[in-house]
Amino acid sequence: MEVPILKQGEFLIATIQAALSDADLEHLRMALIQRVVRFRSRAVIVDVTAMDVMDSFASRTLKEIAQMIRLRGAETVIVGIQPEVAFAMVQLGITLETVATALDLEEGLAYLSQKFKNLN
Amino acid sequence: MAKRDRSPRASGLRSPEAAKLTQGEAPSELLRELVAHLRQNRTLLREEWVGRISETRLLTAMTKDEIFAEATSVYDSYVEALETGTFEALQAYARNLSERIIPRGVETHEVVGIVLLLRDVLARSLFATYQTDFKKLNRILDAYEPAANRIANTVAVGFVQERERVIRQQQEAIRELSTPVLQVRERLLILPIIGVIDPQRARQLTEQLLRGIRTNRAKVVVIDITGVAAMDVTVANHLVQTVEASRLLGATVIVTGLSPEIAQTLVTIGVDLGKMNTVGDLQGGIEQAERLLGYKVVPS
Repeated sequence: MEVPILKQGEFLIATIQAALSDADLEHLRMALIQRVVRFRSRAVIVDVTAMDVMDSFASRTLKEIAQMIRLRGAETVIVGIQPEVAFAMVQLGITLETVATALDLEEGLAYLSQKFKNLN
Repeated sequence: MAKRDRSPRASGLRSPEAAKLTQGEAPSELLRELVAHLRQNRTLLREEWVGRISETRLLTAMTKDEIFAEATSVYDSYVEALETGTFEALQAYARNLSERIIPRGVETHEVVGIVLLLRDVLARSLFATYQTDFKKLNRILDAYEPAANRIANTVAVGFVQERERVIRQQQEAIRELSTPVLQVRERLLILPIIGVIDPQRARQLTEQLLRGIRTNRAKVVVIDITGVAAMDVTVANHLVQTVEASRLLGATVIVTGLSPEIAQTLVTIGVDLGKMNTVGDLQGGIEQAERLLGYKVVPS
């Protein structure tokens, strides 16, 4: 299942709507790092609210997406991690330390606009 | 208890003989005779038992009348259990009795003590009755002892189980009471932790906190551990995990009130708290949280 990627001003928003296969994740990664430069986006928000489980491949891919997007000159915010998922992730030792996180899409947008307002 | 030393000798004597003799009289027959004897001498034996209880200063939390009333019920249930060979009624009574006396501070050793006393009193009376017929006494004891031991066992287990049930119930209550997640300002939560943290409680704390972050849409959480006396590796690591999991939900955690002892322990055991935001006391923690949230306290 393909993940829709919306352009919202200076940001890209990718909303994961169901459990993703490994191939879907790779596809998402490619799509994001291509579009982030094509649309001259300053940041990418990945919304994982609908994910009830996050295996190590998915978390690693998210981390890689964030790193690649940084290399492409933008920032990543992961939003909507469920409490149970968060705890399971840290127990597996996946903390996404280098990636910004926010409670939900609204918070993610607020975080980014605050951040870029300060920069401008 | 005083007659404990008797049983090994007696059983050594008994076994070859008992096998031969039981052919004549079935054990159930003997048991019936035994029960009849105990029924006949009910008043006398009960009095003696109660006397022994107060002599040995058991059940000091109860009055004489209460002891007498309970002793009567226990005696009757005891004889009934001997007679029928079923322990359900006795078990139920033991549970009921435990329920009543545990809140009054009756100890396990007292309950076990009185049942063993009754066992001894009855055994003594059997000795007195059958002292002229040693072989019969042996057979009577063969029938009596296993049943009596099982009764003592049943009562003791019933009491301990009831106690454990009470303890579990209280633990549950304490756990529920002790983990409040409080909102002090819009988007600011406080989690005061008091008392001992075991892994189970730590887990519950984390779950409650993460749920609280979600429902209150919190951005900053102050975890105050002033009331925590000690912390081991497991719990410290759990705390670190809680901080990390909160961050995944987009909330910043500030830990306050680390005692000197805990600070020493954590550094000595080498728990990496580098990622943790710590402030000396709760006041400082709240002030920093307000700064992070953009609040400014202005004296009027």
